Amino acid sequence: MQTAGGVSACLPIHSDLDLVWVRQHVRQAAAQLGFGLVAQTKLVTAASELARNTLVHGGGGQMACAPVSRGGVPGLRLAFSDEGPGIPDLEQALRDGYTSGEGLGMGLGGARRLVHEFAIDSRPGSGTTVTVTSWVSGPPRPREEK
Amino acid sequence: MPEQEAAGHQETPAQEVGDFLRRRREQIAQRWADAALFRTVFTVSREEAVEAGRAVVEALAAVAAAERVEEQEADGFAVVREQLARMAASRSRAGSTNSQISAEVDALRPAVVDLLVAELADQPAEHVRESTTALTVLMGTLRLVVLETLLSAGQELINRQHLQLLEVATPVIKLWEGIVAVPLIGTLDSARSQVVMETLLDSIVEQHARFAILDITGVPTVDSLVAQHLMKTVAAARLMGAECIVSGIRPAIAQTIVHLGIDLGSVKTRASLADALGYALRQQGAHIVPQEPHDAGSR
Repeated sequence: MQTAGGVSACLPIHSDLDLVWVRQHVRQAAAQLGFGLVAQTKLVTAASELARNTLVHGGGGQMACAPVSRGGVPGLRLAFSDEGPGIPDLEQALRDGYTSGEGLGMGLGGARRLVHEFAIDSRPGSGTTVTVTSWVSGPPRPREEK
Repeated sequence: MPEQEAAGHQETPAQEVGDFLRRRREQIAQRWADAALFRTVFTVSREEAVEAGRAVVEALAAVAAAERVEEQEADGFAVVREQLARMAASRSRAGSTNSQISAEVDALRPAVVDLLVAELADQPAEHVRESTTALTVLMGTLRLVVLETLLSAGQELINRQHLQLLEVATPVIKLWEGIVAVPLIGTLDSARSQVVMETLLDSIVEQHARFAILDITGVPTVDSLVAQHLMKTVAAARLMGAECIVSGIRPAIAQTIVHLGIDLGSVKTRASLADALGYALRQQGAHIVPQEPHDAGSR
């Protein structure tokens, strides 16, 4: 399995331009692991939401991207971390329509619905880390020989 | 102690190089005029290249005389920085890479060093070494000055292109009487969506448009912020009396928007630009009818 090259990375998130970089990297990594077009789009969109949260609410941070495998099924794990103020009320933050800024309030909850696994670790004052994982499953992987 | 050195007023190697450059200015400029860097930039006349070479030698002499051979910010360089920037930019436009230009600047070095060595032929080896080292360092600094102008020119270019991209990437196209369309391409960040909204609203007024089509075929990712920008643009167009249609929603994008939980119910959407145009035409009472439906294959 040739997954190592180009998938693992740690990207900074400090400006709008970095968000473009994050999206492109996630799209390429997902395509390389064999994600279908819809799954790629979902994961990239989730990454875009979470990276923007890191930038806007966390005051900047980073995204760590790593390939994972479970029972022979490859997947992609993305961890967004910042050292911002943290989220005081997680339940409220995940509720659709709740926003602390001027957005639609769909970012966090929406991102959770776009990925297979979603974990959030945040304590007021000590930053936030959101880790998401999606697996390549269902549709056959392209260019796989039988 | 050799006589020559006693007669040299105990100058430092750098000052000596400065004197040497002043004395041999004409000769060096003549040699440089035939070097690639000058020859290819000043193509009108050789005299022009020689003149430019004189200015550079003069600047180098000033820097050496001030004993600042290692400093890119030395006052001497200020005089020729603009000229060097023009020369480097000209080479760059002609297709040279930064390292090629750097090599061309470096190619100026042997001509001067050879002259200096020839002049110091009867001096002690130690003295020759010190002087040539000072001259070599000075020429290295010149190379850095040229490279720096290239890099700052590159940064300026990037900034300018970024601004240009904001404008270029958002043309408003008149598709039909009263129907305008904006094909959106690339990342729809806040700055770009602002430009899109402004140009679209302007053109609605100019074209007396009743329908405005926002085509997002070229937008790779529609997240909640992009959706919000689209909804704001649609709402603003509606206030101006135009109906907005968002087209080019690919299957993957559609599924993603649903999972994301964004309600685009208030926005009229179509799968393709053609569908959106067809809808707008019908709304205006125009109908597209094939001229000879049975004759289509015979041409």
